[in-house]
Amino acid sequence: MTAAPAAGSVAASGADAGSAAVAVAVRDLAVRFENDGGSVPALDGVSLDVPAGGLVTMLGPSGCGKSTLLRAIADLVPVSQGEIEVFGRAPEAARRARDFAFVFQDANLLPWRSAIGNVRLPLEVGRRNAGEGVQQHAEPAELLALVGLGGRENALPHELSGGMRQRVSIARALVCRPRVLLMDEPFGALDEITRDKLNEELLRIWRETGTTIIFVTHSIPEAAFLGQKCLVLSAQPGRVREYLDIDFAGARTLAVRDTLEFVQVTARLRRLLAESA
Amino acid sequence: MLALWHGIVTGFGVPDYIAPSPVQVLQVFVDQGDVLWINFWPTLLEAASGFVAGNTVAVLLAVWFVHNRLAERAFYPIAVFINTIPIIAIAPILVLILGNGYAPKIVIAALICFFPTLVNMVRGLKAVSPQTIELMRVLSASEREVLFKIRLQSSLPFLFAALKIASTTCVIGAIVGEWIGSNYGLGSLIIEATYNFRAPLLYATVVLGAGLAVAAFAGVTLAERRVLKWKPAEVF
Repeated sequence: MTAAPAAGSVAASGADAGSAAVAVAVRDLAVRFENDGGSVPALDGVSLDVPAGGLVTMLGPSGCGKSTLLRAIADLVPVSQGEIEVFGRAPEAARRARDFAFVFQDANLLPWRSAIGNVRLPLEVGRRNAGEGVQQHAEPAELLALVGLGGRENALPHELSGGMRQRVSIARALVCRPRVLLMDEPFGALDEITRDKLNEELLRIWRETGTTIIFVTHSIPEAAFLGQKCLVLSAQPGRVREYLDIDFAGARTLAVRDTLEFVQVTARLRRLLAESA
Repeated sequence: MLALWHGIVTGFGVPDYIAPSPVQVLQVFVDQGDVLWINFWPTLLEAASGFVAGNTVAVLLAVWFVHNRLAERAFYPIAVFINTIPIIAIAPILVLILGNGYAPKIVIAALICFFPTLVNMVRGLKAVSPQTIELMRVLSASEREVLFKIRLQSSLPFLFAALKIASTTCVIGAIVGEWIGSNYGLGSLIIEATYNFRAPLLYATVVLGAGLAVAAFAGVTLAERRVLKWKPAEVF
């Protein structure tokens, strides 16, 4: 029931983006997890295009496979069926070329390294496997300034707040100048005030760097506020419920969240989620 | 406590050869200092060598186990088995095999250090969050890089916990080794003093042995503070 309209909406948006480059293309993707009893489908028949330079949010009930989809793109989960391309490369080749970077829900910093030491980590490892991507990189200190942590280069992770740690992890993800930034509920564990602030900052970073971002979240306002496009998944198995464009007349500042059009978008997303649960 | 000890011993007229007063023990350090120190250095050497050898082997074995499940399954039970044999029972066997010199004492000290370090190190090397492993995978890092950049550092708190245990037990190992077959070292001095009812000398020897263990423990704690600066203070 959900597969047909989903395929239709993908085709439509694919036609719109006909001239623009595609950063991530997913075709008829299925992911199944093997367990003792057999295989459990996590994703089934998922297709979508993420436009280059775009910011796509993925929203869905828990267990719908949105994280799995992100992990499949990142070559962290084996694909059972279908195809994924990141700028024309298979996930494994894209990983080796450092085409994408991953931001985890937990900042995932190495506690014995300073902020700047953590940002440098991607430059120190994987040289043999990812030579090309390691060559050209951004200046770690400049990246810390970009995420608003200028002057805290030598702070150890336990000396930083949760929001600051997540900023460091975003700087670390940007250090190899990835073309795609994959973010898995990066602000899920933060309080709402910090989260709002980081949402605004992420939009600024996105505009300044021109990186394509795929952002998984279970927060409806976050998905609406950040996404140019929002992919709504239905659960068990995960299928594309809707892939919609989000556009606001006003600028995307926190104030937009009090406007009627924002409320209409979140209301629509909420309805879609309720139907797909 | 020393005052209480002194009070009880003198007040109840306890004979020297059963329990000497602290003053008498102190007197031994002054009068027979040379005997104590001559026997101290071999014990220190054995304990320190055993500490280094036992922990080095344990760490290397742990690294091997973490990278090779088959090795872990094959050799971990053997390590557990060896650990279940009381060290007192192993000591004479080692003396028979390795003779009367330093070698058996070093091996005993090493054996006694080995097991806690192995167990802790295997746990420590595995105590890396799955997300960190995923991060390293996204970065296309090799197993070797994961070991040197992640696993070894995150195992350090576990290693230091083990080294603290080992720092005191290696002294016990060396002394036990000297009991079995030796004519030098604090262990043999303890035996000699006991058989000759030289209680003040016995007590002085015990104090010196305990002092060595405490110093080793303090040394490890100091090293831990320097190395693990990144650990939040409340963890200590």
